[in-house]
Amino acid sequence: MDRSRRKFMAQTLALGCSAAASPLVTPVTFASVPTDNRLVVIVLRGAMDALDVVAPVGDPMLAKYRPNLSKTKHLDLDGFFGLHPELGELMPMWKAGEMGFVQAVSTPYRDKRSHFDGQDLLEAGVVEVSSDVRDSGWMNRMLDLIPEAKKDTAFSVGRENMLLLRGAFPTTSWAPEGRVDLSPQAQLLLDKIYSKDPLFAQAGRTAMTLAAELNTAQMAMSEDDDAGMNDMVNQMKEAANAQKAGGLAAFAAARLKEDTRFATFSIGGWDTHQRQQRSIRNASRELQSALLTLKAELGSIWDKTCVLCMTEFGRTVRENGSQGTDHGTGGAMILAGGAVKGRKVYGKWPGLDEADLYARRDLMPTADLRQYAGWAVHDLFGLAKADLERDVFPNLDLGDNPKFIR
Amino acid sequence: MQSFATKAAFRFGYGFAEGEAEVSDVEMLLAQATDADAGIATYRGPSFGERAQMMRTYLEYKRAAKKGDAEAKPLLRASNKERNALRAVDMQRVFGRAMYSGQGFRERLVFFWADHFTVVPKSRLEQTAWGSYQEEAIRPNVNRSFGDMLVAAATHPSMLLFLDQVRSIGPNSVAAKNNKKKRKVKGLNENLAREVMELHTLGVGGAYSQTDVRQAAELLTGLVVGPDGANFLPRWAEPGSEAILGKQYGGNPARLDDIEGFLRDLALHPDTAKHVVTKLVVHFISDDPDPALVDELTRVYRNTDGDLPSVYGAMLDHPASWVDLGQKARQPFEFMVASLRALGISRADFDAFSTGQLRRGLTLPLASMGQPLRSAPGPNGWPEEAEAWITAQGIASRLQWALAVSRQLGGDRDPREFVDANLRELAGESLKFAVAGAEQREEGLTLVLASPEFNRR
Repeated sequence: MDRSRRKFMAQTLALGCSAAASPLVTPVTFASVPTDNRLVVIVLRGAMDALDVVAPVGDPMLAKYRPNLSKTKHLDLDGFFGLHPELGELMPMWKAGEMGFVQAVSTPYRDKRSHFDGQDLLEAGVVEVSSDVRDSGWMNRMLDLIPEAKKDTAFSVGRENMLLLRGAFPTTSWAPEGRVDLSPQAQLLLDKIYSKDPLFAQAGRTAMTLAAELNTAQMAMSEDDDAGMNDMVNQMKEAANAQKAGGLAAFAAARLKEDTRFATFSIGGWDTHQRQQRSIRNASRELQSALLTLKAELGSIWDKTCVLCMTEFGRTVRENGSQGTDHGTGGAMILAGGAVKGRKVYGKWPGLDEADLYARRDLMPTADLRQYAGWAVHDLFGLAKADLERDVFPNLDLGDNPKFIR
Repeated sequence: MQSFATKAAFRFGYGFAEGEAEVSDVEMLLAQATDADAGIATYRGPSFGERAQMMRTYLEYKRAAKKGDAEAKPLLRASNKERNALRAVDMQRVFGRAMYSGQGFRERLVFFWADHFTVVPKSRLEQTAWGSYQEEAIRPNVNRSFGDMLVAAATHPSMLLFLDQVRSIGPNSVAAKNNKKKRKVKGLNENLAREVMELHTLGVGGAYSQTDVRQAAELLTGLVVGPDGANFLPRWAEPGSEAILGKQYGGNPARLDDIEGFLRDLALHPDTAKHVVTKLVVHFISDDPDPALVDELTRVYRNTDGDLPSVYGAMLDHPASWVDLGQKARQPFEFMVASLRALGISRADFDAFSTGQLRRGLTLPLASMGQPLRSAPGPNGWPEEAEAWITAQGIASRLQWALAVSRQLGGDRDPREFVDANLRELAGESLKFAVAGAEQREEGLTLVLASPEFNRR
């Protein structure tokens, strides 16, 4: 063993098995994106019911289509629309002008009403499902257009690898519970083993770096055989809460306070086919907790933040036979953050007369939700309209700016 | 040069295990799938009916306890404990069969089909019933026809509950008319009808429309869950016949046979053949499947009316199925089963695990690696792309678990022998060098289990 290596090993021994001593940890370079704004995209998986979350209570047709669901006591927003009571703690945010909605929007997806195709289109940002739809997400393509964007500029939070961020531009994905307790020497060997396989090399390096950077608590090596497993399990239990939306939001906020400018995660549970009054409760509470946590944790950064919550499609206007709703078309988007001009329901309301419905069953979409995402990116990061219409959302006409960014 | 035995073990099995006969040819490999199910002979849980009875007993105790019956309270606690233990033991059975049956190919097929026909338990009843679904709907049909499997899976109580079929009632049915006010359930729910066509059979690009979905939902009405399994209630069924994909089904009176006839027609549809064999090839061989292989399997599927052993045989006979390994990543369950087999934990030790050990050692790590087995992201099951699994978080969890099991089960194994026994010719010089260079045995073993060679197939 040569001198420098001996010295290195002595240092690491002194630190125990601290991953902070990992030879793979490199100081993070702060990515300076030309603006200081932040964009958070929350994908609401399962198709959120626009007519229950932002209910058009002022439309007498609603009660006719939904004899049971319309009994919910929605909280008045603007005299026509009402907020679902399970999201009631967001009312101060609405009143402060930091929260708004867009009604009757959708992706270009029509008729087949498959969650999976719908979500793929939503995250890919394209017009049609094709064999390469899962190759890249719109947020990844957008990063290419931002001068000086770096790997840490965009972050996907949670155990799933979101399509929204997938693509050629390097991005980071991490769950709050992740950690690695391998000795520094074994980490070096592992890095060597992974060097020939780019997918493993990238994932392995990020894992070591983040594990070292994000976990200050270190695991003590123990002679006890079961210790490794028990420790892992204890961390996982602690992490179970972190997996909930509030935990993901807190983790995202911590990154956004550093060099990260784009963060994304998802909240599931919106597929309310039966007993919607009950089944929508959990998903709503998760969403509410995510938004409240983001605001609380971001502090002054909240003022520079725009949160877009989008879902694959809406649900049927009529309630079904099991007091739920089935897959529909037009849906709603939720806007939040200090960068948003809130206290307003944006979008052109199509009405609920049967002739105004899509296929006589769904809310008629009056705008493409990509237009709103596009204008948010345009206003927050100064991206050119032509670039957005070509690279980020191919073949989209952005239309007029709805001007919902302050 | 990768050997037949190595490719068979990685691509079509759960890797090597000490003392297990090596697969020497295609006939031997296919026999694993077509012979009698060895796994179920050793690991079999209670039937759906027995599990449903457990739930009824639990509800009885709960009601009694609520009324203040003091004797019911300890019974209620015991019942909760029993069902919690069942969750862990069901997981043990799923792992145990994959690890010890000696029929790796069959076990991999069981995983594939259970994923194709994903159920995600929501209610207490569904959680309790979880283990019976694979044992009753999937395993007995792995070596039969796709139609048999479809009928069994789409009408199993677990599926009827998961996709809300139990809440769908013909709007003009006798029950809906008689009980308009009292009954909570009083209309169609199109969830199962849609997913059967979109996911289980024709595929989303298949030749069906929203009208077909609606009509199929009407045909499926009456299909409910009874005390011992699926049940058909003619009073719930929508009267009259339904036109689906250009064919009339059902009439008066509504019969279960009409539903089965519809499912069997779906199984024989050309779009189904293409959809199902493409998924099979994507799962076993490559995300970017060889069109010649897909065409050949589609042809065999159609010529044999979806006879699964014939389709498997055609896959194993095709040269495109024997290209070099490395196209796919092992999903977390597969990675864990292969690791435990490589580490050679004995059946006696595995069977002796406590429910706590099962939770800590199997259930939670699976979730951390991104594959909580009971909670697939949706009815479309788990993603296939390597990129979905080999993420920073995924690698960190695989490493942490590999380290923990290497410490716990590695014993005196020499990492240099371990790499040779389990990776054979897949291990290059640099991997062998790195493994030999680890400072501790367990880290050497961990490096083998975490290597790309072990995690790809």
